[in-house]
Amino acid sequence: MITAMILRALDTRAVWVVSILLLVALAVPFANLALPVSSPLHIPDYVVPLFGKYLTYAMLALALDLVWGYCGILSLGHSAFFALGGYAMGMYLMRQIGSRGVYGNPVLPDFMVFLNYKDLPWFWYGFDNFWFACLIVVLVPGLLAFIFGFLAFRSRVTGVYLSIITQALTYALLLAFFRNDLGFGGNNGLTDFKDILGFNIQSVTTRAALFAASAIALGLAVLVCSAIVNSKLGKVMVAVRDAESRTRFLGYRVDNVKLFAFVVSAIIAGVAGALYVPQVGIINPSEFAPENSIEIVIWTAVGGRATLVGPIVGGLLLNFGKTMFTSIWPDYWLYALGGVFVFVTLFLPKGIVGAIRGVFGKKPAPRADNTQAEDGGQTDAPLVTDAHPDPAE
Amino acid sequence: MSETNDKFKTMLYLNGVSVSFDGFKALNNLSIIVHPNEMLSVIGPNGAGKTTMMDIITGKTRPDDGEVFFDSKIDLTRLDEAKIANLGIGRKFQKPTVFESHTVWDNLELALKKPRGVFSALTYVPANDDIGRIEAILDTVRLSARKGDLAAGLSHGQKQWLEIGMLLAQDPKLLLVDEPVAGMTDSETVETAKLLKDIALTRSVVVVEHDMSFVRALGARVSCLAEGSVLAEGTIDQVSANPVVIERYLGR
Repeated sequence: MITAMILRALDTRAVWVVSILLLVALAVPFANLALPVSSPLHIPDYVVPLFGKYLTYAMLALALDLVWGYCGILSLGHSAFFALGGYAMGMYLMRQIGSRGVYGNPVLPDFMVFLNYKDLPWFWYGFDNFWFACLIVVLVPGLLAFIFGFLAFRSRVTGVYLSIITQALTYALLLAFFRNDLGFGGNNGLTDFKDILGFNIQSVTTRAALFAASAIALGLAVLVCSAIVNSKLGKVMVAVRDAESRTRFLGYRVDNVKLFAFVVSAIIAGVAGALYVPQVGIINPSEFAPENSIEIVIWTAVGGRATLVGPIVGGLLLNFGKTMFTSIWPDYWLYALGGVFVFVTLFLPKGIVGAIRGVFGKKPAPRADNTQAEDGGQTDAPLVTDAHPDPAE
Repeated sequence: MSETNDKFKTMLYLNGVSVSFDGFKALNNLSIIVHPNEMLSVIGPNGAGKTTMMDIITGKTRPDDGEVFFDSKIDLTRLDEAKIANLGIGRKFQKPTVFESHTVWDNLELALKKPRGVFSALTYVPANDDIGRIEAILDTVRLSARKGDLAAGLSHGQKQWLEIGMLLAQDPKLLLVDEPVAGMTDSETVETAKLLKDIALTRSVVVVEHDMSFVRALGARVSCLAEGSVLAEGTIDQVSANPVVIERYLGR
């Protein structure tokens, strides 16, 4: 059974994506570190963490696609899981600073000294160990998704209502993390990191290694998602997306299917956040901002929902575009992003990858041509996935 | 005491079931019995409560009052949709509801009677038996040639048949079939009647239908519902000759 799962995960498309990612994981650090600056193929130092950051965004978009593209759950709170993973990594990095902080306290991070903390709060215990931080990176987003999803899916909260409460979730966390007395650095968040696993976080080699780690983690996430969506469970997820009530009458526990997808997705988002923080050097409450979650939705929609390549393409392309655009016309980026989203929704409802596949692929794009479906819920409603057709009515 | 005797060896037993929505009595003291391997046709005007009855049996709606028992002793009013489906009650909806973005084959694979848990679905590998069963069902519902096509591309009649195929794949003890021939050509209707009669040899079937010639072709016991309760029961000739039925339903 396990071998069958691994084989299923390795369908041609996933193999291509993973191979390219592995190649990138080797080639970019090589071009940065080994090639002389004079070489045309040399990659400048500042580019490496920048693209490393894009890779973590791509991973976040992939996580969203698993629940939205394949299971019809439009989460507008995915940045919460990303930020929680990021905070867990940030806490480890803070503890690594040790007595090198401004106040030189060997145990307490600077902000705690500043805020007159006497002892380390209990929830900071253990974060001096890397393995513990890694555990929390997976555990906290997973657990939050489990509790939240358990309650929401059991009560059959779907569609717009679910989107709104996911948005409320991330906003509540934003407000909570802004508070100084929560013990996570308040407004300023966690920053001034020095080392990761004993290596200087600023050094070019560490950054190249973090880049490679991000590419490999993204590759693993693709394999996990591929194993899920190519299994019968993946077909059940799509069935839930298209006709939830019908799936229930076939005897599937729709709430459990959604919960599984949601938890796996939250864990992938958490890992992405943990890789993001050491590369950008800071984590603060603005990562919880609802706008961030909406941006993830746009990356995924532009790249192509319900494909594994789409969200990666969308995440990389739009964030690269953002960097370029904001350096030229910083004030107009949001208009451009909105414009791209409207354009894609109107003219490329299946996203860039879906459109390319529609033109070149032998396989008909699954949902592009079923506009003759009688009820609106089953056609390709671009954003609002609430219109679950209710077959009994 | 007689009540217990009635329930004995029934596949489906509804007694005094009532439900109202915002004051509207959709079902009013409805009682219906279906025996094992028996087919029952349910007819009646729009709003008679036919679909509500199916909603109650499949756990979508809870009755305000009355008893609903499956297979003599299982109280359906306490169970949810998934549990009821797994007990062996399959339902075909009025509007054909197949998974449009899946292939015909995948639709049947999803319906095939197998453990429904998340992890069993994740690790599922089709056994030779499963493949054989799906092929047999494809044959029965005449979709073998279309097995690799997306369900979205099927004609209306083919979708109806695919959904009947999905019911068969579930291997239920009781099939609830809501307007199976709506939108079908005459020859398709005849074929569907034949297919349902075959199915009823080994399972209980409840068919809701408006098409009287189809109901006649089924040749099963008929219940006519109106305003949420049974108006008349018997053979198709008895029911269609009943003056109340003519006045309230057929005569319209």
